[in-house]
Amino acid sequence: MSILHIVNKSPFERNSLASCLGHALDGSSVLLFEDGVYGAIKGTSFSDTLGAAMASRSVYVLGPDLAARGIDESKLVDGVKVVDYAGFVDLSAESDKVQSWL
Amino acid sequence: MSETKKFLYLNRKAPYGTIYALESLEVVLIGAAFEQDVSLAFVDDGVFQLTKGQNTKGIGMKDFSPTYRALGDYDVNKLYVEKESLEERGLSLDDLMPLTYEDEDDDYAEKDSIRVVSRAEMAQIMDEQDVILSF
Amino acid sequence: MPIEVNGKTLETDEEGYLSDLNQWEPGVADVMSKEDDLVLTDEHWDIINFLREYYEEYQIAPAVRVLTKAVGKKMGKDKGNSKYLYSLFPYGPAKQACRYAGLPKPTGCV
Repeated sequence: MSILHIVNKSPFERNSLASCLGHALDGSSVLLFEDGVYGAIKGTSFSDTLGAAMASRSVYVLGPDLAARGIDESKLVDGVKVVDYAGFVDLSAESDKVQSWL
Repeated sequence: MSETKKFLYLNRKAPYGTIYALESLEVVLIGAAFEQDVSLAFVDDGVFQLTKGQNTKGIGMKDFSPTYRALGDYDVNKLYVEKESLEERGLSLDDLMPLTYEDEDDDYAEKDSIRVVSRAEMAQIMDEQDVILSF
Repeated sequence: MPIEVNGKTLETDEEGYLSDLNQWEPGVADVMSKEDDLVLTDEHWDIINFLREYYEEYQIAPAVRVLTKAVGKKMGKDKGNSKYLYSLFPYGPAKQACRYAGLPKPTGCV
């Protein structure tokens, strides 16, 4: 059973992403969108937490939300994959469940 | 003539995810008509409002980042950005849009509007204000 | 009230500003000025075009104070004053000219 966790809040403002990573089992996927994409920037006060979680989970960010916020893909934590809206749909379809962290 | 007051707009939210950043910017532009001593503070996720290279075509929202460049025309030219907030988010001054104004008292020389300050300095700036409006 | 421009019907808001600025064409200014009994000259068009350029660059319609200053800088002091601008646009240079230019009501007009 695999879950796709989706997070749309900045980790610097809410604990949504931290709580998500604390509950996401090995092998699950996490997709960051809207203000959630700020959680994928490297060299931040949160990037170590994300990097540790990525050892056993896949992390994706929604490209259009990155571009809107002026974050270049070169600024992301290594291993984070960028997807477009169609990729978001594919991830949702491949997963047994989609869980939101508001 | 009423006396001039010091107004600080405190911006703590990222753009696009919520409406706060755009609302703040609009209130600043409207408030500029009252010719007060206006400063803007960018703290916490508010520093994300000023990142350069914003392109909202893919999310179907209006890109209002060019409007920050008009602030100089409105005589709003003190934009304080907190250093610690930048660093916690992996950002530096180089990641922000260059924002300038023309100094009428200095032969219209072009000067930077953004001033990076420490958290301690930001606390002092807040303390000096007559009015603080939070967004 | 929608307006008719070159056979097309364009929506406007309750104050007469174009609902969708992408629908603007020079004919919009011609139709609107005719309703105000105003004949547009090159001097009017200089201001209308200036406003459209300002919006393109900054994504806002400037307040009248800002417009006056910016016009003065670009076109000279004899044009960058409210007397000149009001002589062109008697209903208020920012509001009336922005309407003709297809822009929203100026930000900072209270």
